[in-house]
Amino acid sequence: MSDKPILRYNANERTNHWLVAILFILAALSGLALFHPALFWLSHLFGGGPWTRILHPFMGVLMFVFFVGLVLRFWRANYFIANDRLWLKRIDRVMRNEEQGVPPIGKYNPGQKLLFWTLLLCMLVLLVSGVVIWRAYFSSYFTIDSIRLATLLHALAAFVLVLSIIVHIYAGIWIKGSLSAMLHGWVSRAWAKKHHELWYRQVTGDKPAEPPINKKG
Amino acid sequence: MASQDIIARSATTTPPSSIRQLEEVAKLIDTTKCIGCKACQVACSEWNELRDEVGHNHGTYDNPQDLSAESWTLMRFTEHETDDGNLEWLIRKDGCMHCADPGCLKACPSPGAIIQHANGIVDFNQDHCIGCGYCITGCPFNIPRISQKDHKAYKCTLCSDRVSVGLEPACVKTCPTGAIVFGSKQDMKEHAAERIVDLKSRGFDNAGLYDPDGVGGTHVMYVLHHADTPRLYAGLPDQPVISPLVGLWKGVSKPLALLAMGAAVLAGFFHYVRIGPQRVEEDEHPSPPDSSVQVVDPAVHVYDPNQPGGQGEQRP
Repeated sequence: MSDKPILRYNANERTNHWLVAILFILAALSGLALFHPALFWLSHLFGGGPWTRILHPFMGVLMFVFFVGLVLRFWRANYFIANDRLWLKRIDRVMRNEEQGVPPIGKYNPGQKLLFWTLLLCMLVLLVSGVVIWRAYFSSYFTIDSIRLATLLHALAAFVLVLSIIVHIYAGIWIKGSLSAMLHGWVSRAWAKKHHELWYRQVTGDKPAEPPINKKG
Repeated sequence: MASQDIIARSATTTPPSSIRQLEEVAKLIDTTKCIGCKACQVACSEWNELRDEVGHNHGTYDNPQDLSAESWTLMRFTEHETDDGNLEWLIRKDGCMHCADPGCLKACPSPGAIIQHANGIVDFNQDHCIGCGYCITGCPFNIPRISQKDHKAYKCTLCSDRVSVGLEPACVKTCPTGAIVFGSKQDMKEHAAERIVDLKSRGFDNAGLYDPDGVGGTHVMYVLHHADTPRLYAGLPDQPVISPLVGLWKGVSKPLALLAMGAAVLAGFFHYVRIGPQRVEEDEHPSPPDSSVQVVDPAVHVYDPNQPGGQGEQRP
């Protein structure tokens, strides 16, 4: 019984996450093509400059729509709790794979929570500024100064978003078991206990100092 | 079509083909001689084979109301009452100023869509234009327009096709009062200086040349009766500069941002190399973290007092 894996993400959550991820990759590559001349070659992935310009905003809006789905699913689990402050203070130990003195945390660690709220902020800024600079449909409703400001904010928010996602992807590579959790949904009990102990206790009903289970002995 | 006189090229970080030296040219528009006949608008339309839609009368002489992808130049009429009660009819031929430091070119993300020739002409190459409209964002004079038909940006070319074969721009050729003249930038400045002396002698004490430094000077210049207040002329900017927002957006921040993104990827890679992945022992099973009962498994010979039941535990 104690070896039974735990379902961390159900099929809808996984699908939603990967839809956002795919759209992010597309929006980021097309956006980077317009971000700096050194990356303009990325526009060829989308059929050339004009197609990149045409597709990018649609991909962005779609990404936002699906991201709202993720927010509705996960925002409750991303409220900060008391242990999070100490966890953040001990981030250096976390980074060194040391567990001594790192407090137990819930379904998401404070790093993931910060990422969640950063992504939400970036997505909102990107959506609003993106509409303002969407020349084909909306820019004519805005003043040149607001377009200039929106252009700058769009690039800034995109930069923060890309950096955050680089960290997010690396965390998935670094913490073994988390990528597969998002791919097929399941984590081992040991994984849950090691990385998200409060969540583990919550879903399994285990007490912190549970009686010894040693039926295999 | 080999161009060897290109001194700046949009979204290009290496030197463009700029071996050919050309004298800087300029178009000088003398607002004090302009009678607002719009012959220049017609000549522009004729030469460039542009046929804008016929619009509506909005109660002013401005016709069309604004520049468009098919109207590259436009007379803007302003009624200005001077302090001593004189009514002045200020007429300014609006269009691309061909800045020495072009904001459109700086903002453009598409390599080669905007080029600047050695003679000072800033030209759009619609073949490379992707229609993003960044040139509009970058322009301090509100000149480029995106066509709703082909979604490419258009503006006055200073008749680069005519100038390249030694002709003057079409608007210059047609102007019946000589209010528009064309030549080397130096000659135009000298011509303007003479005009300004004349205007001052006629009581226009603030007459002057509009060749704003903020954009490095322009290759379309105005003689103004009121050079101290260019904004009188239908909002001609007093101190045009590329917006600091655009400067920040397109300046040093983007290479730095790219560097930061690359650094983040590298940091992750080396974290993995130096610290390594965080694994859960696959055969680790939940054990009492702090049990008062010591369960002795005869097969286990490892005892770590610091990690009772921790990951160092070995299973039989």
